Amino acid sequence: MTIEKWNSLNLLEGEVRPGFRAPDAGDFVFPSIFGDSVLTTKPVILVFFSVILVSTFFIASSRKALVVPSKIQFAGEMVYGFVRNEIGKDVIGSEFQRFVPFLFTIFTFVLTNNIFGIIPLIQFPTMSRIGFPVAITIFVYLTYHFVAIRKHGLFKYLKDMCFMPGIPKFMYVILAPLELATYFVIRPLTLAMRLFGNMFAGHLLLILFTLGGEYMLHDKLIMKIFSVFSFGFSLGFTFFEFFVQCLQAYIFTLLSALYIAGALADEH
Amino acid sequence: MIKLTTLINLAAEEAPSPVIPHPVEIIVGLIAFSLLFYVLKTKVVPKFEKAYEERTNAIEGGLERAEKAQVEAERVLRTYTTQLAEAQSEAQKIREESRVQGAAIIEDLREKAKEEAARITAAAQQSIEAERQQAITSLRNEVGALATELASKIVGEALDDQVRQSRIVDRFVADLEKSN
Repeated sequence: MTIEKWNSLNLLEGEVRPGFRAPDAGDFVFPSIFGDSVLTTKPVILVFFSVILVSTFFIASSRKALVVPSKIQFAGEMVYGFVRNEIGKDVIGSEFQRFVPFLFTIFTFVLTNNIFGIIPLIQFPTMSRIGFPVAITIFVYLTYHFVAIRKHGLFKYLKDMCFMPGIPKFMYVILAPLELATYFVIRPLTLAMRLFGNMFAGHLLLILFTLGGEYMLHDKLIMKIFSVFSFGFSLGFTFFEFFVQCLQAYIFTLLSALYIAGALADEH
Repeated sequence: MIKLTTLINLAAEEAPSPVIPHPVEIIVGLIAFSLLFYVLKTKVVPKFEKAYEERTNAIEGGLERAEKAQVEAERVLRTYTTQLAEAQSEAQKIREESRVQGAAIIEDLREKAKEEAARITAAAQQSIEAERQQAITSLRNEVGALATELASKIVGEALDDQVRQSRIVDRFVADLEKSN
């Protein structure tokens, strides 16, 4: 619905108390902390912080590598074992071992940066800045093409991609461009957009209900009552966000594994 | 007072498109991811894999050791069972042998006792016979001498002739035996 239509319905028309601004994409832009460099904005700092956090945790967890694990080793191994076995081994198969470090990095990196969205004081999912999902997608994109070309050769890779066996010949006219688009455009685009979109929308909703609640709290009594619902929703939504953040990290890693598995397969 | 529409329009103008990636952020993402990848690949994954392998080995080694112990136990049990059976049959054999031997010894002793008894009996009989003969001889001689003396005294006839004397005695003894 366009803004003109809203106005004609006379619902939102009227005086608005100044000071409230509905959250939008602008809330995802942070000022630089030191000087004008983008390198010192909150998202960039958080990304580097996540690298330190994940590295520290897993180095501490794996340092001793005991047969009977300590609590921290057990926790680290649980995450590692999940990526290694449930994603790597199950999806890629026999050659999974050499892709485990890559998948493990994707999962821990994305998960940590997503969960930043609900950590008090941090409260910003870095993956809602599209540059970061794009960066990871570049690695995934290069990896699965590189793996396939090294295994099958460029020509056979493209040929298998365009001409799937067991399909009537005239269908290739439609299917070949579709397949090419899938492998070279759609896959990386959806991979990056899915993660970005989920984090962006989730964070937007959270700040909308929190800021809205806060705004209404300073209004008339009836609005104060509504503000309780608004805060309640934002609280409940935080739990839901946690679920979405974990799920998106899992989906991103799983799809990366699937693309690599497809590149390794003999037939596409 | 500002109208909401104006606010929305203002916001739309201000906000940069969220789907256009900032180049610096892509580069930061690439660097951060590479750093993390390097750390996890070189420091973490090998350690976890090592722990996995050691654990697998420990479990498999444990199973292997248990299996070995089982085999060893079975072997020992078999040995003991065999030995026990051997010992039992040995004991049985020894009992059987000793029984046979005992019987043989008893038989032997009995035989020997019998022989001894027989020998003793025979010796006794012999000695009795010898003594009887001796007694007979001495008796005969004495009886002869007595009788001769008696007869010579009665008859008053000198019976010097040895031959005659002997004949007379024999006849006398024969008569004596007959009368017995």
